[in-house]
Amino acid sequence: MTAAQKPARMAESVKDAAIAAFLVAVLGLFFFGLRTDIGPGGLDLTYRWGLWFIAIAITFGVRLLLNLFVFKAAKPVTSGIKVTVPAGLKSVIGRFLGPVLLVVAMCLPFIIMLLFPNRDRQFIDLAILIMTYVMLGWGLNIVVGLAGLLDLGYVAFYAVGAYSFALLAQHLNIGFWTALPLAGLLAAFWGIILGYPVLRLRGDYLAIVTLAFGEIIRVVLLNWYDFTGGPNGISGIPKPSFFGLDFTRTGGFADFFGIEFATIHRFIYLYYIILVLALITNFVTLRLRKLPIGRAWEALREDEIACRSLGINTTNTKLTAFSIGAMFAGFAGSFFATRQGFISPESFTFLESAIILAIVVLGGLGSQVGVVIASVVMIGGIEILRNLGFLKQIFGPDFEPTQYRMLIFGLAMVLIMVWKPRGIISSRNPSAVYKERKKISSDMVAQGEGH
Amino acid sequence: MEYFLQQLINGLTLGSIYGLIAIGYTMVYGIIGMINFAHGDIFMVGSFIALATFLALVAIGISALPLILFITLLVAMLFTSAWGWTVERLAYRPLRGSFRLAPLITAIGMSIVLQNFVQITQGARVKPLPPQIQGGVTLIEGMTENGTIAVQLSYMQMIIIATTLALMIGFSLLISKTSLGRSQRACEQDQKMAALLGVNVDRTISLTFVMGAALAAVAGFMFLLLYGVIDFYIGFLAGVKAFTAAVLGGIGSLPGAMLGGLLIGLIEVFWSGYFSVEYKDVAAFSILVIVLIFMPSGLLGKPEVEKV
Repeated sequence: MTAAQKPARMAESVKDAAIAAFLVAVLGLFFFGLRTDIGPGGLDLTYRWGLWFIAIAITFGVRLLLNLFVFKAAKPVTSGIKVTVPAGLKSVIGRFLGPVLLVVAMCLPFIIMLLFPNRDRQFIDLAILIMTYVMLGWGLNIVVGLAGLLDLGYVAFYAVGAYSFALLAQHLNIGFWTALPLAGLLAAFWGIILGYPVLRLRGDYLAIVTLAFGEIIRVVLLNWYDFTGGPNGISGIPKPSFFGLDFTRTGGFADFFGIEFATIHRFIYLYYIILVLALITNFVTLRLRKLPIGRAWEALREDEIACRSLGINTTNTKLTAFSIGAMFAGFAGSFFATRQGFISPESFTFLESAIILAIVVLGGLGSQVGVVIASVVMIGGIEILRNLGFLKQIFGPDFEPTQYRMLIFGLAMVLIMVWKPRGIISSRNPSAVYKERKKISSDMVAQGEGH
Repeated sequence: MEYFLQQLINGLTLGSIYGLIAIGYTMVYGIIGMINFAHGDIFMVGSFIALATFLALVAIGISALPLILFITLLVAMLFTSAWGWTVERLAYRPLRGSFRLAPLITAIGMSIVLQNFVQITQGARVKPLPPQIQGGVTLIEGMTENGTIAVQLSYMQMIIIATTLALMIGFSLLISKTSLGRSQRACEQDQKMAALLGVNVDRTISLTFVMGAALAAVAGFMFLLLYGVIDFYIGFLAGVKAFTAAVLGGIGSLPGAMLGGLLIGLIEVFWSGYFSVEYKDVAAFSILVIVLIFMPSGLLGKPEVEKV
């Protein structure tokens, strides 16, 4: 580095940081600098110039440091910490990641009980939540990842499944295991009903219509008071039984097997139910990819016109993708209802659809392992942010870390996407091969663009 | 009849607001072919900026209402534009040329970020602003069995409709007559060719976002004045409806966006007036579905030519 370059680079970095700080000053003026609150005589305006200046100063400092050491530096400090995985190791990881994850998932409740005996309930509950999203992600992967149909209203089918089970249990006194297939069937049926009118639409039009359907279903659930209970939802949904044995203190599961009663049993049982449901979803998807219908989905994703000219019935292909995807959402929905014991339209907002779609896209569309990784990162991340109570000791008692949860979630979505537009897992297994089976880059796969 | 006329006026007012937001969607869609999911939240940011400006101007002692309104409008447009520019720069520009789902996900991410940022910095409670512009003219006075019913056109509604009209005319001129409008139309047709011919594509796209955000700020201010209540969540529903309006009118078409906005506003108001308030959103979305099934390119849109 010559002496002349150094001051030039320094000046450039300072200028760039100053621009960034100015931008934050402009953007933050009305949000950091001013705050409106409801006061005694209408709205009051409070001035928080201190906060505004702190935000500007932080931006300037961080941007300057980043410029000096990363963006504009001759030797970025990050170049040293670049992890290079040898190709051989990568393929070994690729081959064993799935089975290893499976084994871990199978033993997870016992690992948790061994490692965190005091907080096992909380962690198993979190594992159940993550597993639910894995299942939803796999279900949506059929629609978006395989068939290439962009669905922004997937949560509608989740809601159909949950409400089917809740209403069946309420009115006909049907248990979880009987209601589960019915809920799946009803959701699949709704998948066909909603899928049929939108067959001609593509890409973004399809996205907005599915979003509209999702909202319609939510509004109906919210306002059809006599049937769905409106905003109050439905409570008292029965818990699943183990071959007729309930998880009660006496005369249930524990008594039958002669073990000591513990509430944790039910959580472990719920975990295995959702694990099995998710694995069924995965298994069915993997097998379907090898059948003509799965090949047709992928062909549809790559090129609809070519598909049609080769004699594939695109109507049936799209409808099966929609209904099978919807069916798994229905299963997941009735599981959600039985786990919570209470459902209301609040749980089925657009944000939920967006999170599921984000999991599928961030993981890498069409990649099954990617969905698992993305669910663990995103949902686990959200939950970790709930437990940041210790930050209160640093920033004072007024600091409420949980409210930054969704802000950080949104930022993470943007950053991961900018960093890896094709998702975390960047290779795909083609379902049809010519000579040898090998992985291809995800860039070669069309992804849910509806063309 | 009087009831019908009154609803018509209310519907046109609401429709103007939707139309202004819809223009932002339709311009961005026309030029880069993506749904800017964060646009509804830009509208929400605009209304918060307008609210803070309004209160600040009152606090420093300006008493002439027209002056306050005018300054607020300008400030809101200016600062919301900065937000629009930033969102484009952070979330969409790095993904230009990438596959189409990536910017959609960052757009949804940006929307979540904006909502939560405003919720954290401004609080989650609703912000009520008492009506500032009161009064109006009575157009028709009629008699019914229940007493008199009058068709009112309030000054507020006049201002909204007039501002929208003026902005529409200004924008149409901007697109059709200026060199910026010419670059925009060029980028819409073929970005690579436009770049080869010396159009600064990145700058043009940025300016499109800035213009969309400025119009959304106007809509946000109007919304604040008309309803008098805003919160951090208004952007989602308004955004979805405005996008519906843009699709209904034929996405990519400016007059289409305005027409779609007016139609959505009318449908919503008439549905609430004659049937039920609870299902007004269902009515608007159902119309969208029906139009798209029978006219996939919207009312004024150009049919998509498919090349193999």
